[in-house]
Amino acid sequence: MAIFVAKRLAMMMLTMVAASFLVFAVCEFTPGSVARKSLGPFATQEQVDFLTKKLKADDPLLVRYGRWAGVLLGIIPDPLQDPSTGLNFKDPRGAQYFGNFGYSTLNKLPVNDVIWSRLGNTAILAGLAFLLIVPLSIVFGILSGLKEGGVLDRLLSVICITFTSIPEFASGVFLVTLFVILWPVLPGTSPLDSEGGWSVPSQLVLPVAVLVIYDFGYVARMIRVSMIGVMEKPYIRTAVLKGMSTRQVVIGHALRNAMIAPFTVLLLQINFLISGVVVTELVFAYPGFGRLLLDASLFGDIATIEAATLITVAIAVTTQFVGDLGYMLLDPRIRLR
Amino acid sequence: MTMVAETISTNGERASETPLLAVQDLRIEFRGKAETIVAVPKLSFEVKPGESFGLVGESGCGKSTTAMAIMGYLGATGVVAGGSIRFEGEELVNAPAHKLRAIRGRRIAMVYQDPMSALNPVKTIGAQLAEVPMLHLGASRVEALDRAAAMLKDVRLPDAGDMLKRYPHQLSGGQQQRVVIAMALLGRPSLLLLDEPTTGLDVTVESAVIDLIGELRRRYGTSLLFISHNLGLIAESCDRVGIMYSGELVEEAPTRELFGRPRHPYTQGLIDCIPDIGQGKHSRTLAAIPGHIPLPSERPRGCLFGPRCAGFRAGLCDRPGMSLEPVGERHVVRCVRWPELEVARRELPPLSGESAAPAAAITVSDITKFYHLGYQKTLKANEAVSFEAGKAEIVALVGESGCGKSTLARIVTGLDRATSGEIRMAGENIAAIEASARPKPLLQSIQMVFQNPDSTLNPSHSAGFSIRRSLKKFGIRKGKAAIDQRMRELLEMVRLSPDFAARRPSQLSGGQKQRIAIARAFASDPSLIVADEPVSALDVSVQAAVVTLLLDIQKTRHATMLFISHDLALVRHVADKVVVMYLGKVMEKGTVEEIFGGATHPYTEALISAIRSTKPEGAERKRVTLTGDTPSPVDVPRGCRFASRCHRKLGSICDREPPPIRRMSATHEIACHIPVEALETPRHQDEARDRS
Repeated sequence: MAIFVAKRLAMMMLTMVAASFLVFAVCEFTPGSVARKSLGPFATQEQVDFLTKKLKADDPLLVRYGRWAGVLLGIIPDPLQDPSTGLNFKDPRGAQYFGNFGYSTLNKLPVNDVIWSRLGNTAILAGLAFLLIVPLSIVFGILSGLKEGGVLDRLLSVICITFTSIPEFASGVFLVTLFVILWPVLPGTSPLDSEGGWSVPSQLVLPVAVLVIYDFGYVARMIRVSMIGVMEKPYIRTAVLKGMSTRQVVIGHALRNAMIAPFTVLLLQINFLISGVVVTELVFAYPGFGRLLLDASLFGDIATIEAATLITVAIAVTTQFVGDLGYMLLDPRIRLR
Repeated sequence: MTMVAETISTNGERASETPLLAVQDLRIEFRGKAETIVAVPKLSFEVKPGESFGLVGESGCGKSTTAMAIMGYLGATGVVAGGSIRFEGEELVNAPAHKLRAIRGRRIAMVYQDPMSALNPVKTIGAQLAEVPMLHLGASRVEALDRAAAMLKDVRLPDAGDMLKRYPHQLSGGQQQRVVIAMALLGRPSLLLLDEPTTGLDVTVESAVIDLIGELRRRYGTSLLFISHNLGLIAESCDRVGIMYSGELVEEAPTRELFGRPRHPYTQGLIDCIPDIGQGKHSRTLAAIPGHIPLPSERPRGCLFGPRCAGFRAGLCDRPGMSLEPVGERHVVRCVRWPELEVARRELPPLSGESAAPAAAITVSDITKFYHLGYQKTLKANEAVSFEAGKAEIVALVGESGCGKSTLARIVTGLDRATSGEIRMAGENIAAIEASARPKPLLQSIQMVFQNPDSTLNPSHSAGFSIRRSLKKFGIRKGKAAIDQRMRELLEMVRLSPDFAARRPSQLSGGQKQRIAIARAFASDPSLIVADEPVSALDVSVQAAVVTLLLDIQKTRHATMLFISHDLALVRHVADKVVVMYLGKVMEKGTVEEIFGGATHPYTEALISAIRSTKPEGAERKRVTLTGDTPSPVDVPRGCRFASRCHRKLGSICDREPPPIRRMSATHEIACHIPVEALETPRHQDEARDRS
């Protein structure tokens, strides 16, 4: 078990290094410079060049990557916080500590000051959506997989496929039209402050609904396929011919087997919900992680992009690890001996 | 066995009693969107209380479908379109769901073909067993587990308490089947349906399971409906037998009567196509039944067996509406020509035999193959295996699953490398050269015929493709025309018409696929053929044809053959020499006469004894039943590998020291602690003498 965890951790480190380097390399080829974007279109080329120099943005790629990694690990102080640069970048935690994600050129704040609250906001959104997606998709999937091609299966399949194929922006606009414009019971934006007169929970309803509608059908389809496969297995026949009722067979024999394969798919939804909810966050002006990442990418705020990347990779590897543990719990055949 | 005889006599008296199960004019259809398939057109039979009724037939004859119809479990498309199934006077056809639930598992229980898949992999044995008493007998969980533990003892599983906590994958195949049997018996059913209960199990395990079923049946007074394609098993476990062909019963009689005086040509054919353990290679050819079972949509008019029957008479046999005619006491047959055919019973010609040339074609010496599984864990697949095969000789490698026979085949063909030891072929040591490193002539000279023809032919290529590719790769023929010509010759050699070349594997039957596989193997003119269980996946009637064909080709081509099989009767029929393996080691080797002649290793004795014969008198012999399971090849016994299951174990010496090799003759060696003199008088010898 210890070896297993160690292997997983090593894998995570390797993935993080590879991903962060890739992001650095890709940013290199995106047009427009950070300095130009900071100073606006009317600054002279000299001003831009001067700022670029101060930001050390014209050093070779490897040098900058090395510097970023050094700052992150707390080996060297962040050179941008040096008062001599005149950038006025200040981190209350100091210039040199472990986990220093650097300074966000977009927000003019340390990345650590920005990113965690955004991640928290998204976690609330994702958590609520996930809590609804799991039971909904299991119920829909199991019921439609019970009898392939039956009336119930067809009905539920139509619902699942329709919902899944509506893009988030479309269902978002549709729901806003319904519940904000025609029947104004909910707010159309979710800035997560009560200045607009709407309570914070009421602001969460529509974004969560959009995510659930978009995602649960897909997971339900996965569970359905797995359930159909299980219902054809000889051990289900054994259970039926023991004299068990359909309900007893499903709960006692089919459910656990049918959840083994979709378990990974369910956990993958966590990754999607954390980093893939940009559209929903944009529609509802939700101050979330996805939107932060989008803004940072458009601006070329490398420090924020890198921090977001590392966090996403860590979440992905963790869910995968939880998935493996869950597999072992569900299926005794692959338990480590 | 005397107990069985008793049951037969009591059944004679009970003949007037109401049957436990009465199937009358049963018609089963599978209704698809486009067409309706009639799996069973009209079937009637009865099972009396306390009786064991055998239903025999080849795959696709509808015997399993009938069992499922009795259980009311035909799936979404299957329907009972006519007739009735009465169980203890109650009608089961179209019975309401709650009534079926009360009968299933309680009054009729079932034992399935593949125990591994019949058990839920994620639930413990205890949980799965306890469900039955909790469901049907109103037992509490604790009570149910107690009953389950007691039943596990009844099916002779060791350490029942521990067994309840285990998962199915932690048990061996034989143990799993015992669990399934225990599960079936927990509801104290009056009828037990056994659907091929031992297919896929090793012979010695099969033997133990069949004995167990017989014993439990006597103890609980359960009636059996025994479904199998294995005539020997049926002959020994059943009081009465019905032979099924294409959804119809063609003959029904008490067991002794049926196997002693079979009346229907199909029954006769089935009996003729299984090799008999009592007879050796040169006694007779295996008589194959030509053709195959008609598809349900292509049933002929009149006698369904007509197109495959040698006694077919147009105008007589193709008239519709044939019925079962009585031919003796409780013996009925569906054949209009049975009185004439009985007289014209064909005598089977003996196989012309010639002794093999002595020059060694392949010499295997001290082959050892270890797989390292991790820290201090080694799987010993083969250890110091030595034997040799002369030119044009057939050497059979015999043993149960896990004995290392297939690993050895993989090493010979170069799919794997030996850890140490030598395999000399034409003076070269090929033991450590993998197929990818072997020169072309060497690859060409060793070819393999695999067990499962379904998975060895690429479904997206035509049958001719693989033969043509082999011809082209090895440069046997140059040019498209010459290759095509040769391919047609090869197809002719395996008795398939040339237009089979264009067919895809999905359009071929199992026997036809195996013929293509044989043609492909012989395409490169090999000097050595490795046949790994070449017929074990085929139906009995097809098996005989494929074996006969393989032997014919082998003889005309003078190819040496390593014939890997677990079927000793078949081995006796085909082989010149036999190598018996157990847990990676050679237990005994010798000529086929020596192995089956009398003085044998205790393991060989057990293997031979496990074979069930259809000869009624064969049932009287004393059987050697092995206890326990084969030990894991990772953790092999220190002394004799077979010691833990041996019925002639001498004492602690067997556990401590590896056995010496006893030389019985120049060609016969036995690895055993038992001295030569004692080996020469094994228990089954008297019986063997009786039969000869």
